[in-house]
Amino acid sequence: MLLIKNGRVIDPASKTDAALDVLLDGEKIKEVGLAGKIASPQGAEILDASGLIVAPGFIDLHAHLREPGQESSETIETGTRAAARGGFTAVCCMPNTKPVNDNASVTRFIVDRTKVGGSVRVWPIGAASVGSKGEAIAEIAAMKEAGIVAVSDDGKPIATAKLARQVMDYCRSLDLPVIEHSEDVSLAAGAVMREGVTSTRLGLRGMPAEAESVCVARDLQLAELTGARLHVAHLSAKASLEQVRWAKSRGLRVSCEVTPHHFTLIDEDVQYDSKFKMNPPLAARQDREALLAGLADGTVDGSCAARAGVERCGVRQRAVWGSGIRNGAGACAGTIGAERAAFADTHGRAIHNWPGASAGHRTKDRRKPARRLDHFLD
Amino acid sequence: MSIKFRDLLALEPLTADELSFLLDQSKPFQEIQKHPLKKLATLRGKTVALAFFETSTRTRISFGAAASRLGADTMNLQAEASSLKKGETLLDTVFNLNAMKPDCLVMRHAASGATDYVARHLDIPVVNAGDGTHEHPSQGLLDALTIRDRLGTIKNLNVTILGDILHSRVARSNIHLMGKFGCKFTLCGPAMWVPRELEKIAPGTPIRCVYRIEEALDGADVIMMLRVQTERLDDPPLSANDYVLLYQLNAVRLRRASPNAIVLHPGPMNRGIEITPEVADGPQSCVLEQVTNGVAVRMAILYLLISGATESGTHPALEVKSKESANASD
Repeated sequence: MLLIKNGRVIDPASKTDAALDVLLDGEKIKEVGLAGKIASPQGAEILDASGLIVAPGFIDLHAHLREPGQESSETIETGTRAAARGGFTAVCCMPNTKPVNDNASVTRFIVDRTKVGGSVRVWPIGAASVGSKGEAIAEIAAMKEAGIVAVSDDGKPIATAKLARQVMDYCRSLDLPVIEHSEDVSLAAGAVMREGVTSTRLGLRGMPAEAESVCVARDLQLAELTGARLHVAHLSAKASLEQVRWAKSRGLRVSCEVTPHHFTLIDEDVQYDSKFKMNPPLAARQDREALLAGLADGTVDGSCAARAGVERCGVRQRAVWGSGIRNGAGACAGTIGAERAAFADTHGRAIHNWPGASAGHRTKDRRKPARRLDHFLD
Repeated sequence: MSIKFRDLLALEPLTADELSFLLDQSKPFQEIQKHPLKKLATLRGKTVALAFFETSTRTRISFGAAASRLGADTMNLQAEASSLKKGETLLDTVFNLNAMKPDCLVMRHAASGATDYVARHLDIPVVNAGDGTHEHPSQGLLDALTIRDRLGTIKNLNVTILGDILHSRVARSNIHLMGKFGCKFTLCGPAMWVPRELEKIAPGTPIRCVYRIEEALDGADVIMMLRVQTERLDDPPLSANDYVLLYQLNAVRLRRASPNAIVLHPGPMNRGIEITPEVADGPQSCVLEQVTNGVAVRMAILYLLISGATESGTHPALEVKSKESANASD
């Protein structure tokens, strides 16, 4: 038994934000009571959480664990260890591994590897199309049996509107969400940052915000056509957010997430430092303001960092901006902790909405400077 | 006055005073170009590394000539033959070059910001000889020197830049230099190459984007041509015929500019595309003076960065002159 005392308990699912003590019995929460009102049972371990936030375990909706195939960058073992360190008790891993998680045997491999070396739960996301190539629909039903919780061709959008429509139809029948990396690849081709005054001044090729928002428009309309459950990943543009707000107002089953980089940093922060290179790229000031407003009013359902491990030896290669250069910010060592209250709230909602949600608990230490943004970008 | 910067990476951060100083220091080196004997001993024993990761003829030869006329030796890295082709990282290549102990690195690279990045990791002066579509500081300086020679000033001029401005490092350097002397800019070319964002890249400098060449040329004192990079005609796909129809500088169109207007071109020219031969070879054209001035400007850059000289010392080009006259009297 473990008694967590004197912490500030935040659980958006039950709209809780109060000074409470929590008693755990093994993996179950046995009792939650007002501070000092729970009697410490015989032999219970006591954790003094003064000045700390006690929250349900966070769920990372969007991570790249790189296994199988790119173990030099990340493995399920190292990725889940980082997740545990950052307060996450479950990680949804994207299918762009080598081979792509587009069939049940790869899904089972991920599930089995997690049993052996995983520090937290891993919920695989299956590819929408075979090899994420955008041609044929993957074995989604078989992957679902093996344990996937959603489908996505993440790293790119589902290639054509026709296939996206078919995947959404199929996933609706299978009761699986479709996660879209919304990007018009022709508008984004060759770009290394967001198009604007900063990209023009620096002489770096930019992609317009519309590279994202025209694809979001496509996907939302197809979600309405098919009735599918659609989740827009790493949304970055004001125009995209407005469309999601519109879709929600029409009652569509739509959700979206934003990354901490996009609601804190903007394109003006880019000064030829490739740790600010990412996809989608850092957006304009008005986009950031819109994302923050979206977090506050609930249009944004969750936040996660789209962690993607890269090899250490890649550091020098990605140091110069150019289309052949890796994204730097994706390599950050874990999801950035809450500097803004809205962050914790949206995490709570995301957990609540996500399939398989269950209690874990994390005690987040806000006193530690290690969760500062600049630290994670290094 | 002395220079406070260690590297010359861009003109954007420099002040009008610093830019004037660089131009003034180039002046005596211009005289050297007219001498029968052009070689000084100022940088004897010094080595300038020329690392052109992107192909170049004119700029590489110009920096090479500048170094040798100052008495310095050069080391040449040619991108095609280098280890970069074997997968070596940029920084490793530069560290290897630096291990041979040059006193200055002159570098060109196809990626914007590459020279900034390299300079952050080196303790010798780095000169940007063109980084992607960002800046080309020595070109900006030689253009300003040419304009000052022809028009007597670089202050408060109406400057028109024609062509692919979005992808031009020359345009950016010119805007950041001339803008600090009160010049007004008119940028003109196909809309895909002249985005409105350009109007805001140099706060304090009036910049307007127009899409009719007649409007762009009205009252211009300086017309800067940019090479139509034929490799860019694919992105976006644009017909060369359309370009000629709308934006070619010919003698009839040139008459709209101020009567004393001058025409600059950083080269290499596509005769018959962006400029007609009659304009390129006409009295208002400065293209060959630009090339000559390029050597003088680059001598000044290398001299100032390597020797750390200040205004108070005697300029090396003037020292030579006095020696020559002493020899003459022997």
